[in-house]
Amino acid sequence: MKIPFSYIARNFIARRLTTSITVTGVALVVFVFAAVLMMSYGVQKTLVSTGSANNVIISRKSATSEISSIIDRETANNILTLPAISRGADGKPLATTDAVVIINIGKKTGGISNVTVRGVSRQAFTIREQIKLTEGRMFTWGARELVVGGAIRDRFKGANIGDKVKFAGDMWTIVGVIDGEHSAFDSEIWGDIDQLLQAFNRSDFSTITFRVDDPAVLSQLKTQFASDPRLNQFEPESERRYYEKQSEALSMFINILGIFITIIFSVGAMIGAMITMYAAVANRTVEIGTLRALGFQRFSIMMAFLIESMLIALVGGALGLFLASFLQFVSLSTLNFGSFSELQFSFSLSPIIIILTILFAVVMGLVGGFLPSFRAARLQIVNALRSA
Amino acid sequence: MKILKLIFKNALRHKLRAFLTIVGIAIAVMAFGLLQTVVTAWNAGVEAAAADRLITRQAVSFIFPLPYAYKDQISKLPEVKNVTFFNWFGGVYIDKNQFFARMACDPETLFDVYPEFVVTPAEREAFLKERNSCVIGADLAKMYKLKVGDIMELEGDIYPGQWQFVVRAIYQPRDKTVDATGMYFHWQYLDERIRQVSPERAGNIGWFAVQIKDARQSAAVSERIDALFQNSRAETKTETERAFQQGFVASSGAIITSLNVMSFVIIGIIMLVLGNTMIMSARERTREYAVLKTLGFTGGHLSAFVAGESLIISFLGAGLGLAIVYPVVAMFSILVPKGWFPVFNLAPSTVILAASSAILVGVLASIIPLRRALKTRIVDGLRFIG
Amino acid sequence: MPTAISVENVYKSYMRDKLEVPVLNNVSLTIQEGEFIALMGPSGSGKTTLLNIIAGIDRPTRGRVLVQGTDIATLSEATLAKWRSRHVGFIFQFYNLIPVLTAYENVELPLMLTPLNKAQRKDQVERALAMVGLADRMKHYPKQLSGGQEQRVAIARAIASDPDILVADEPTGDLDKRSADDIMTLLERLNQELGKTIVMVTHDPAAAERAGTVRHLEKGDLLPEEKMR
Repeated sequence: MKIPFSYIARNFIARRLTTSITVTGVALVVFVFAAVLMMSYGVQKTLVSTGSANNVIISRKSATSEISSIIDRETANNILTLPAISRGADGKPLATTDAVVIINIGKKTGGISNVTVRGVSRQAFTIREQIKLTEGRMFTWGARELVVGGAIRDRFKGANIGDKVKFAGDMWTIVGVIDGEHSAFDSEIWGDIDQLLQAFNRSDFSTITFRVDDPAVLSQLKTQFASDPRLNQFEPESERRYYEKQSEALSMFINILGIFITIIFSVGAMIGAMITMYAAVANRTVEIGTLRALGFQRFSIMMAFLIESMLIALVGGALGLFLASFLQFVSLSTLNFGSFSELQFSFSLSPIIIILTILFAVVMGLVGGFLPSFRAARLQIVNALRSA
Repeated sequence: MKILKLIFKNALRHKLRAFLTIVGIAIAVMAFGLLQTVVTAWNAGVEAAAADRLITRQAVSFIFPLPYAYKDQISKLPEVKNVTFFNWFGGVYIDKNQFFARMACDPETLFDVYPEFVVTPAEREAFLKERNSCVIGADLAKMYKLKVGDIMELEGDIYPGQWQFVVRAIYQPRDKTVDATGMYFHWQYLDERIRQVSPERAGNIGWFAVQIKDARQSAAVSERIDALFQNSRAETKTETERAFQQGFVASSGAIITSLNVMSFVIIGIIMLVLGNTMIMSARERTREYAVLKTLGFTGGHLSAFVAGESLIISFLGAGLGLAIVYPVVAMFSILVPKGWFPVFNLAPSTVILAASSAILVGVLASIIPLRRALKTRIVDGLRFIG
Repeated sequence: MPTAISVENVYKSYMRDKLEVPVLNNVSLTIQEGEFIALMGPSGSGKTTLLNIIAGIDRPTRGRVLVQGTDIATLSEATLAKWRSRHVGFIFQFYNLIPVLTAYENVELPLMLTPLNKAQRKDQVERALAMVGLADRMKHYPKQLSGGQEQRVAIARAIASDPDILVADEPTGDLDKRSADDIMTLLERLNQELGKTIVMVTHDPAAAERAGTVRHLEKGDLLPEEKMR
């Protein structure tokens, strides 16, 4: 015989205060759990969306980031003649030779921070088609002008259109704002590569990015680079994979810390559920005896308490997830260890995170409710009835 | 004394529940300690900063070099005691996941400006004499099982090529706040090789560390240094070492804020677990409280009973939590990749904070049950059944 | 004999769902010092409420209650608590001992509220337990005692601080006949030997028989006096 669900649900309501405290506890734990997953996913998403699968980026093999990568002119010219590079309508290779440097700018919240300045070639806007100009105009080639990413304009002082930024002994005018669809390019400043190199008195590029017709050509390129003595110091990589790798250290940090904390928290929440369920069993001893006397099986009793426990966890889980979903409107900016510069990202929710979170809550309820339910099922009818 | 005994007996009346609650609190206190330790580790550079040291770097950002020639000009200022400099080398040791600092330094002045790196005179001598030698921190030596005489092979990125260095000295940190995972080698050696491949990059260093005679004059000296190079091609920005380190920490502000927010959530969870237990205990004891009131015990007495019970449980939980936080912190520092947190210790302030939070929570958790106990009229309390 | 307790025109009502339910209808009652009075009546008659009001754990809606000249209805909660600890000893139907304390500690409990030192308390506790015949059960916990023994510990607790008035609510209600008999004998002795004023609520005619005076309540009214002995 099964115990009706309404009995379980009503008990849930009867002990309002204790139950709601447990629900709140589970909700908090689930909130943290979801927040950590969303944060890590947000960082990944930002950097993955920075790269396109159809682009290949060349960097120095040993370089851990774009700023420490150096490609000299001669090598660059060699690379630009590679037949794998797609050609535009004008017959020119779809490639950009980038120079990446870091400058310090004051943040609106106080203090200064590292910002990536990227010098790009004319084709850059063709191969990185997600970049759109949202305000003002594009910088003029051959002028000391810059466009800034939306995240820079929002977070840094003096980064509006018309403002001047001083570096490399010159004043640079900001003339426009670009939007990179929540990619890392949102946290960058772009200008003319030739102007930047000249200003910094440099001749080397940092990286070269080019469009290929078929992403499968990458493995061929890799072999070619490895075997060519002029190119074997350099390494081609899918642009998407390259930026994804830059997020690895940060995501890993968030994940290690997150998993550690989540384990700790979930043990705490399970203990909370256990305390509540033990009390529920103790308070309903006579009731359990009566139910058993009426003919309900031990298993039914156990299931009733387990379901009650899982219900508490599920409600808590849903509440926690609901609260966490608001985090999607929050964006954070932090130093990306991979690139040494500030990166803005948002908490992002995915179906997998939702499923994981709910599953996590149910498991907490199951584990926390198991021992108390077992005790309830084991009660002797006579003893239970007498305990009044 | 007798009252205390009653409180104690009450706290442990439900053995299983008391045990679960204590374990719950212990786990939360441990998590709190761990999170705060991570925050402390992040701030380690700021904590270790010496008051009498200034950092002079390129005004645009730290990745741009400064001419080596600036050293003499800075040294000539009367307020300056010593000047040393560093140049970030980067590169790859073993693989790309080894995160310790690899830097070129000025071997003559390094240990004068950084007295917290302790080496024997013999080792210092050996390090000075050999052009391609390096000095490494004691923790780094332990991490990679390196000893004096071993070769460290690096693959350069900013400075392309294969580089080999002989370990000639291992420095000991003066105290627990000092980073003992650094690797420093002769800048001269780096410069000579660079001069051969790309002469335009030679003669540059990363940043100067300036030791001044009077720490109180740091602001004035900083201004004087920057004034020396104003309107030159490489303008400088000088600030105290502390401010310099704070700049790095500030960039990761969002993560630190999240960690702090989580710490508070943890305290909230402790409160819920303990509050839940206290509410249940007080509810079951409704009749007993009525009897005590009948006997003449006042609201003050009842407050002492309930809050005392709550405090005993939170104390036991906090004590257990603090006892396990040490091994957990040790385990965590093994789990994170090597070199992420050069300095990873449980700070005394964290222990104090955790303990005082537990006391606060103990008091707060007894508020609801206490209010109920006080509000219940004796006649209703006596009639209360389970 | 002087008056110990004087209940004057006490009216008591409860609010139930916005409806005023009267429990005591202008009850007046005088109890002399050293009197042993039993209050009887069907459940709902208001006898326990009257007892609680006399004991100072409930307050009348209207009317005065003078206990040894003090109008206890006017005292503040804190003063009343202090007053109870000095003047009134309680005996409950379900004993209400603290389960985590031994017999000795339970009896000592009300003495914690007095300025007595440890040795003096020990003296009083031992005397009270000897009086109820449990000198050999001091270290026992309530669980380890029979119902009759538990009630005797409760009586020892009630007399430990040497109050003038003992208040008993169905003291034999949960006991077998023999234990009940023992308890009544004990109460009788306390009344006769120590001169305690005892007010007892009971259902049990056998218990009521042992009291000097029996008064009946019905639907909140005190019925006229009838001498038993």
